This record gives sequence, C-alpha cells and structure tokens, in this order.
Amino acid sequence: MLNLRCNFHARQKPNSGTSSGEDGTMKSSKSARSIATWTAAAAAMAFSGLALALEWNLQPAGSKMAADIHDLHEYVMILCTAIFVGVFGFMFYSVYAHRKSKGHKAAQFHENTTVEILWTVIPALILVGIAWPTTRTVVAQKDTTNPDLTIKVTGYQWKWGYDYVKGEGEGISFVSTLSTPREQIENKAPKGEHYLLEVDNELVVPVGKKIRMLTTAGDVIHSWWVPAFGAKQDAIPGFIRDLWFRPEKTGTFRSQCVELCGKEHGFMPIVVTVVTQEEYSKWAGDKLKLIAAAADDPNKAWTLDELKKRGEQVYAKNCVACHQASGKGTPPAFPPLDGAKIVTGPKDEQIKTVLAGRPKTAMVAFGPQLNDVELAAVITYTRNNWSNKTGEAIQPAEVKALRK
Amino acid sequence: MSAVVDTHGHGHAHDGHDHHDHHGGYGGVMRWITTTNHKDIGTLYLWFSFIMFMTGGAMAMAIRLELFQPGIQFFNPDLFNQFTTMHGLIMVFGAIMPAFVGFANWQIPMMIGAPDMAFARLNNWSFWLLPFAASLLIISFFTPGGAPGVGWTLYAPLTVQMGIGMDLTIFAVHILGMSSILGSINIITTILNMRAPGMTLMKMPLFCWTWLITAYLLVAAMPVLAGAVTMSLTDRHFGTSFFNAAGGGDPVLYQHIFWFFGHPEVYIIALPAFGVVSQVIPAFSRKPLFGYASMVYATSAIAILSFIVWAHHMYTVGMPVQGQLFFMYATTLIAVPTGVKVFNWVATMWKGSLTFETPMLFAIGFLFLFTLGGFTGLVLSLVPIDIQLHDTYYVVAHFHYVMVAGALFAAFAGVYFWFPKWTGKMYDETLGKWHFWLTMIFFNMIFFVQHFLGLAGMPRRIPDYPLIFETWNKISSIGAFGFGVTQLLFLYIILKAIKSGEKAPERAWEGADSLEWTHLPSPAPYHSFETPPVVK
Repeated sequence: MLNLRCNFHARQKPNSGTSSGEDGTMKSSKSARSIATWTAAAAAMAFSGLALALEWNLQPAGSKMAADIHDLHEYVMILCTAIFVGVFGFMFYSVYAHRKSKGHKAAQFHENTTVEILWTVIPALILVGIAWPTTRTVVAQKDTTNPDLTIKVTGYQWKWGYDYVKGEGEGISFVSTLSTPREQIENKAPKGEHYLLEVDNELVVPVGKKIRMLTTAGDVIHSWWVPAFGAKQDAIPGFIRDLWFRPEKTGTFRSQCVELCGKEHGFMPIVVTVVTQEEYSKWAGDKLKLIAAAADDPNKAWTLDELKKRGEQVYAKNCVACHQASGKGTPPAFPPLDGAKIVTGPKDEQIKTVLAGRPKTAMVAFGPQLNDVELAAVITYTRNNWSNKTGEAIQPAEVKALRK
Repeated sequence: MSAVVDTHGHGHAHDGHDHHDHHGGYGGVMRWITTTNHKDIGTLYLWFSFIMFMTGGAMAMAIRLELFQPGIQFFNPDLFNQFTTMHGLIMVFGAIMPAFVGFANWQIPMMIGAPDMAFARLNNWSFWLLPFAASLLIISFFTPGGAPGVGWTLYAPLTVQMGIGMDLTIFAVHILGMSSILGSINIITTILNMRAPGMTLMKMPLFCWTWLITAYLLVAAMPVLAGAVTMSLTDRHFGTSFFNAAGGGDPVLYQHIFWFFGHPEVYIIALPAFGVVSQVIPAFSRKPLFGYASMVYATSAIAILSFIVWAHHMYTVGMPVQGQLFFMYATTLIAVPTGVKVFNWVATMWKGSLTFETPMLFAIGFLFLFTLGGFTGLVLSLVPIDIQLHDTYYVVAHFHYVMVAGALFAAFAGVYFWFPKWTGKMYDETLGKWHFWLTMIFFNMIFFVQHFLGLAGMPRRIPDYPLIFETWNKISSIGAFGFGVTQLLFLYIILKAIKSGEKAPERAWEGADSLEWTHLPSPAPYHSFETPPVVK
C-alpha cells in the first residue's frame, strides 16, 4: 500500500521515493513529517485490519509556489500550536490545581486592565507577523503576466476541455475524461492503482515554464486544482479567470474537480503530465499531426456498423454516466433513451437536442464538445441499440447541416 | 397585552405555588398549538430542534456509510448530493438555530426578570412556521428529481438544473428566515423594554447580551438570504438572468449575496453558544465571569466584523489581489476579539473552585475544541493556504469544529445546566458524563482525521474517493456511527430524568447566580415574574 501512496503524487524522475525533501526549500517539512510517520505507524498498528494508505499533510510540492504555501502553512501551524498549548496549559493547570475537591477556594477577581490590554495587543501583533509574509505570496500567486504557454481549460459536466491557445503547441485541443471503468466504481472489478484519478487525455506541459491557465465553464461552476502546484481556480460559466504555475519536476500530478457541479462531481479528475522541453516539443508536434490525421472526414459516407461501433465509444465517454449503459437512465432527472420518443422519433429533433442541449437540465449542448462524426455516430448508436431499431444511419453531413 | 392575559386567565404569585399553575385555556395538543407562554414555546423549539438534529444526523450517517469505503455502495451520486445538501440545511436552520431560540425563549424572560416575551402571539407563530418549513425540506425528497443536490450553499447556476425540490427548498428558506426575523424582533424588544427595575444592560447575564447581538445579526442577514434564493427562483422560472452570464448576470454575484448572509450566520450560531458557555463556566468555577465588559465589546466587535469578511469563502472565484488582501486582513482581525473571549473564559476558571458536572464538561469541551476550530479558521483565512484547502475536507473539519464542538456542545451544556430549572428534576450525572466523554471521543474521531484528508487533497461533497483516502474515511465513518448512537443516550438521559429524576433544589448549582436560580423555584412556575424583582 505504501507504493500506492507515492504514486498518488508525482512519479518523480530523479528519485521516485516518497520524500519531498530533494530541494532546499522543502527541507523544513522533514522533521514534522518524521513525527507524523511515527504517529502514523502507531495508528497503523492499531488499525492493522485496514488498508494502510495514510496521508497527513499537504502533498509534496511540485512548484516553488506550492513549496512556499507548504512553508507558510508550517509557520502558521507552529505559531498556532504554541499559542494553543500555552493557553490550554493555563486552563488544564487550573483544571488540575483549582478544584473544589482539593479544597481550593475561589478568588473573586473579575478584571485586570493591564492583562486585558496585553491579550488584545499581542495577538494583533502576531497577526501582523503572519500577514506580512502571506501578503508577498498572495501577490506572487496573482501575477499571471508573461506566461510561456497559455492553455484554456473549460469545465463541462463532467469532463475538462483543454485548448492550447498561445505558445508552443498552439492549436492543440482535446477533452479529458475519467478513464476508470464503471465496473470499478460499481465494485464489479478490483480498483486500479489510480482509481478515479486517471483520464484518457492528460494535460501535458513542459517543465520549468510558466504556464497560464484560463479557466471557464460550459454549464455550471467547476474548479480546477492541482495541489502539487498550489494552483486552484474556479471555472465560471460565461467568465474567464486565470491562474499560473511553473512546474519544477517532471512526473504525473493528479487531482479532482473541487466545486460541486452536479451528479458526477466526484468523477472528473485532473491529470497533468510534466515532461522535459524536448519531450514536450515532440509531444506537441505529434499531437498536432495526430489531430490533423484523426480529423474525421465529414464528407465520407459511413455505414451503419461503422457508426454504431464509433458511437459506442462516444457514448461510453459522454453519455453513460447519466443515461447508463442500459439506456435506462436514472429517471426522472436523467431520462431513459431506450424506447424514448425523441430517440425513436424524427431524427432531426434528436440531432438538435444533442447539439443544443436541454436548457435547465443536466443535458448540456454537445455541439461545442464533439465533432460532426462523433455526434452522428453516437446518435446512430442510440437509435439502433437496446430496443431501439430505427435502422437509420445518421451521416455527419446531416449533423453539420443542423449546426447553426 | 390584554389578549395574552385573556388566554392565560388568572395568573398568580409564583413562589411555592407551582402546583396551582395551569397551562392556558386548552389541554392536550391544543395547549401546544395555541400556547403563547415563553416556556412552552421554548420547549417546543428545543424538541423540534432535537427531532431535526436526529433527521439531519440520519443523513450524516448515510453520508458516512457511503464513504466508509471507495466505490459506490449504497446511494447513487445524485442521492448522495441530496443528503449532503439537506444535512447542511437541516442542521443549520432546523437543529442549531432553533435550539438556541429555544434557550432564548426559556431563559431571557427569566434572566431579565420579565413575565414573558414581548410579543407572545408572534412568538407562537415564529415557532409554528418551523414545522412547515421542515416539512417542505423533507417532502422535496419525494418530488420528481428529488431534493436539490447543490450543497447547503445553493450555488447558482447549478440550482437551475434542479427539479421542483429546489423550489420547495427555496420556499422553506423563506419561511425559516421569516421565523428567525420574527423571533429576533421579539427578543430585541423583550430585552430592551422588559428588564426588571435595576437590571441595566451592563448588568444582564452575558447570555442575554449575546442573544441581543445575535438578534440584530439575524434581522440584518436573513433578508439577504431571502433575496438570494428569490433571485434563484426567478432565474429558474421567470426568465431573469441574475446569475446567468448569457443574460448579462454573474454566477459569482450569488456567492457574494449568499456569503454576505452566510458569514454573519456563522456568528448567529456561535454567539448564543458563547452566551451559554459564559453562564456555565462562572457557575462551576464559583467565580464571576472575568472581563464582563470586554466580553460585551468583543461580542459586538465580532458581530460588526462578520459583515466585512464574507468573501473569504470565495478566495478561489478569481477576485482581484486587492480584494483578496482586504478580506484576508479583515478576517484575521476576528482572531483578536475571539481570542479575548477565550482568554476571559480561561481567566474565569483560573483560581476558581472548579467542579466538573456534565454542563461544565461540555463547556470545557467547547472551549478546547472551538478554539481548535478557530485556529484552523485562521489557517483558512490566509489566501495562499486557503487556495490549497478550499473545498476540501479540511474545510469540512474546520466548520464542524465550530458548529458541532462549538454550537452543539454549548447547547448540550445549556440543556444539562438549565434542565433542573426547567423540569425540577435532576438528570443522571453518571450517564451525563458518559454522554460527554463518548461525544467528545467520537467527535474527534470523525472530524480530526478529516483535517488530514483535506490536506492530502480530498475534495468535499464527493460520493466516492481515490484509494489513498480510504483509511481516514473508515476511521471517520466509525466515529460517526459511534457519535450517532451516543446521541440516543442523550435522549434516554433526558427522558429518564423527566420521568424519574430526583427533585432538583431551587438553586441546583452552587455557583449559579442569575435571577432564575436566585428568585424562582425549580421547576420554574408556568408564569414567573409577574411582579418584577428589583435588581440592585
């Protein structure tokens, strides 16, 4: 299980251990960590029947910003702990010594101006001591100027769309969806190492470069977060916000959406792979070529079987969470497709619904997310699966014609 | 006032004549429906809040059951979201707030030497609005689409996707808000106008002070919440676009309005708890409250500051750096008056003559754990750390330390403390201590480990989680089941004491010195202080 714990974080190239202490800024956390490890070991013995995947602290930092936050957190924790122990030292001494059962007689004092002024002023000064270093970090965290690479991330229910908008790799665009099979979630298959933290298309960025992320959303508010980079920003429909990070280690960094965004909120992970500049250039070049090559030819005439096969894949990625593999949905919020009037009725109605979505429901507009071939395929699939037997093969050109 | 007198007929002198007391014009259920007596209404509030506490608690059990292990076992994610939403709403609006209004009803008239609340009929209505609001919340589970699964904060625009359950919830919030506002008006009027001769404001028991300030917070904050949910309602049904960017609105506007209510709400819950603890600690220390005046000023300072810190709940929405810094500085400032209060409580115990009956245990538990929750609050107030911890289990742990170890522990302390005065009976001290220690241990088992989950990166409001979080979740769930069962013990203790508790003396606690202990028998007669006492 220990293995599992390291892999949750970066697979660090230089030494793939659990320690975060390989650069100077992060050393201070080591002693606290070793205490934590001992306590963890003690707890582990007590709960030996349980799986031993214990985490006690912030994830190992993968950027200077995250390391700064780590240090700030430790600084504040030490201050708080000292004050806490001090104040409750007094209280517990009182509980111990000033008991009626020991015959202690109550004093009758009830104010002391000097003491009261002191315990108002001293905390205020401590706060200044906390605010000062914090302010510098806040200002640094907000400075998204002069990025090397700008990527737009769009939150959808329930996946992330990435568009490389400026810098090397400009033009790359893909959607990143949970790749953990539903059988694992439904306990029908053993859970994999990266259960719920794995996607079909990972975000790839070069190490050491300042990456600016523009966040927005297509439906409701989501929130994009990579703890290892100390970077979190809500993705708000209709607005663009930004954040930045500069990864300092290669490896894979995993996280999840952190703003409740509906039914499948817990199932839209964020996976960032940090690679060297050379690897990145190669990846970007290949990806662009791949995108060009894989671009479906919308003018090709597809057979029913081809469309159904392709549609099944699209369905598994985009539709299955709500409408279910059985096509029965989970009504009434998520209606069935099997035998549904819209799926077995006139095809134009269904195409329009899938393109534009249904306002005020979780049925979002898939027009901006999927291309004509994918849409034609998935619509064909739904119209010719389960008990639906329309026999119709929807051609990409028909979808294209109905796009506004 | 004549109407009130009519209802209750011929009130008479109280001392030693409680067996002559009668309960207004009706018996049975109608007594409770028609009652305008502050003690009856206080009792109704307290029982209602306990029922809601059990209902919200059952949902918490469901949540912890699903989170016992990774994978979806019992509830689909949609239902899970409905549970988290309703657990929050029911606990905040149904359990904690009514519990303290119950205390206010019972205690404020007795503590200031008044015969009843100022507006007796209004008082009846304030209470009887609550069961209807609670019913709407529960009914929403059985509507098409179920209860809303949007979190107790009801963030737009997710609310637009919900079914009719969302509308029921919005109406419930309206009704709950109305109940709170009416109750607050009553409390303010009572305290400002009905104090016994000689009872100046600065001589009032601190519990009355904290409630006076809380009532002002309620009057100021609840209409803001009503506005926010009304805008959601019109966005849902009447084509407005307050929170819809496509129509020129802004989803973040909702959050600003909500938290302008939401942060004072935190103190609406916390201040009466401070008040209870400020009565209990001096009583069991046999020593006057240290720094009474500074307690009043600190409470007022907290209340004022609570209106200028709301956006610390929103550091990740992408506000400008100036905004982040302002809200960070303002928020950290709250630590100063809060610190003053904690120091005062500790100084009250210092060199006292302490005993540790159940109310005192809960008060010390409150002091210890609430301060811990305060420190995690300070940690969260710092923007860069909050960016890491926002919407993780660290936040869940933080606010449960404040809400449960803060407000709920204080409510338990208050119930055990005033129980002898209310019923004339003593509870079983041994069982009370068991209740405290089990509650204390299981509470920390549930929530202390959630700090680790949050630090390690577990988002809140997820029905399933990566394998790395399994152990802490198991421990947390086991703690939750223990906590739930322990509260049944509380019910047993109360029922047992009502049925067969030993008779309590007039002054059940040696160190208790407010009017209800020094001037009234136990149980307090149905009508008390028809002739006001003179306070020197």
